[in-house]
Amino acid sequence: MTALPIHSSETAVSISGLPRHVGLQATVRQTMTMAWRATLKMRRNLEQFFDVIIQPLLFTAMFAGIFGGAVAGSVDNYLPLLIPGLIAQTVLTACVATGTQIREDMDKGVFDRFKVLPISRVAPLAGPMVADMIRYLIAGVLTFGTGMVIGYRPGGGVLGVAGAILLGVVAGWSLAWIFTWFGTVGKTAQSVQAYSLMVMFPLTFLSNAFVPADTLPGWLEAFTKVNPVSHVVTALRDLANTGQVTAEVGWALVGCLAVIAIFAPLAVRGFTKKM
Amino acid sequence: MTSATAATAAPLTRTPAASSGSDLAVDARGLVKQFGDMRAVDGIDLSVRRGEVFGVLGPNGAGKTTTLSMLATLLPIDDGEATIFGVDVRREPHVVRQLLGVTGQYASVDELLTATENLVLFGRLQGVGRAESRRKAEELLESFDLTEAANKPIKQFSGGMRRRLDLAVSLITRPPLIFLDEPTTGLDPRTRGQMWETIRGLVRDGSTVLLTTQYLDEADQLADRIQVIDRGRTVALGTPDELKSSIGGSSLQVQTADPADLERAAGIVQRLLDEQAVPTPEARRLTVALSRSDQAVDVLLALREAGIAIESVAVAKPSLDEVFLALTGHDTHDNDDNETSEEIR
Repeated sequence: MTALPIHSSETAVSISGLPRHVGLQATVRQTMTMAWRATLKMRRNLEQFFDVIIQPLLFTAMFAGIFGGAVAGSVDNYLPLLIPGLIAQTVLTACVATGTQIREDMDKGVFDRFKVLPISRVAPLAGPMVADMIRYLIAGVLTFGTGMVIGYRPGGGVLGVAGAILLGVVAGWSLAWIFTWFGTVGKTAQSVQAYSLMVMFPLTFLSNAFVPADTLPGWLEAFTKVNPVSHVVTALRDLANTGQVTAEVGWALVGCLAVIAIFAPLAVRGFTKKM
Repeated sequence: MTSATAATAAPLTRTPAASSGSDLAVDARGLVKQFGDMRAVDGIDLSVRRGEVFGVLGPNGAGKTTTLSMLATLLPIDDGEATIFGVDVRREPHVVRQLLGVTGQYASVDELLTATENLVLFGRLQGVGRAESRRKAEELLESFDLTEAANKPIKQFSGGMRRRLDLAVSLITRPPLIFLDEPTTGLDPRTRGQMWETIRGLVRDGSTVLLTTQYLDEADQLADRIQVIDRGRTVALGTPDELKSSIGGSSLQVQTADPADLERAAGIVQRLLDEQAVPTPEARRLTVALSRSDQAVDVLLALREAGIAIESVAVAKPSLDEVFLALTGHDTHDNDDNETSEEIR
């Protein structure tokens, strides 16, 4: 056996001081670093903003024109009902892209690198989701803007509208955990998108987003009552149209927390298992 | 590591190996990984001493990457046990990750980011401050000869530049143990030589390196010890010299101008090297096994002195194929149909 260059003094490895778990503070810092990475990527791929720019302009005008007369008698009467509903829908659509993006990201070698780093298992998922709040914000602002151009006058004033947009962004981040979970367990980006749309459409249309829930058949109405999207939409209407922080705002936040409590652990599990 | 997170440190459960002052950086026993019907890793033991370069050599699909992935906490260990510096890989993955730098078979840096951004990203993630990350990024780019490409997106990088950046990223926190999974596969010979120099530099600085490779030559160049694995099992373990002598080293092939000289040449070799040369009269060729390559010169000089005219000369090194043939009785191509098993995604 030849002599081996063992530099035992130089290679002394201290293990006793190393933490065994990631603390909360470190988790938040790592999540924000991951968010920074996602914003760098956004800047290099501005296509990521197309959906949240085009959809509010197109859908707001389209839905108002198509459903306004039928649902509320006129477009002007429909707008206070529609705009908050559309914010929820646009943000949810943007969430689908969040999940698909994560699937695509996970297919790249860099995600294996993240996995072998001593970092929180939540950070690689939560980071891009935090960055996507920028997209939800754009969607919210543009939907309100388009609504106001075609005649919407929110009764809640500036503060009410700002509160509604803020709630929309928070709800987007929370509901995005559903689609992020799909992203971590789906086989390809396409299948993730397919599953996500199958969930996204019922969540938005089987809610009070576009029509009053009491016009629906009983079993559908029952579903809309437990659908967190309905509570978010009602809370958005209360904020935007009356400027009041009602109990519905509380229920919307409870719904969001429930979604996070269920889907965030599932997503992290999917992420750590997926190889 | 980070002072912010150090507050959460708790006494670790140490394995007996660690408390007895073991000198092993990696200690694995009976590792098993099953993918469906296929046992990708079938009871591999692995002991890497501190400060050495340890090479895991084997063809595609032998289970090299899978073994490394289990040790790096990337894949769950199906059976067996493993410790890194005495820390149990299964029970303390977070601690193990703090001791490791992993450089993958495929350049695992972020393609859409620049070199500097990548280094800052991985520094920040591991608790290095913003300014300190920038400073370290600059320093590493300089020592890896990447300064000019600092602000270019990785997409525009050549293969060699990617590997260098990939390695640089692993070194931000100066981990005591570095895994290099096929660090030069797909690189041209010049870039491969540069990478070898870089790896040697790491060891001079006191790191322990565990590398996998398909190239006998690479293991020979870099590793203090080599473990040859095939179909998920260990087939040989030893220093490069031990391994080569077990299968025979290079050989010298001399073609004489006159077939009548063959026998006389064989006699000269016998006296010079105390080695039986094998004549192939049909080809006027004499094959001489060499334990050191410079013996070829001695043989040729002796033949010239004896006045034997030489028509052609060749020195042949044993290839991985020959190593495998010698060690396992089958060649590496038998494994081709299992090739995809190496990919874990």
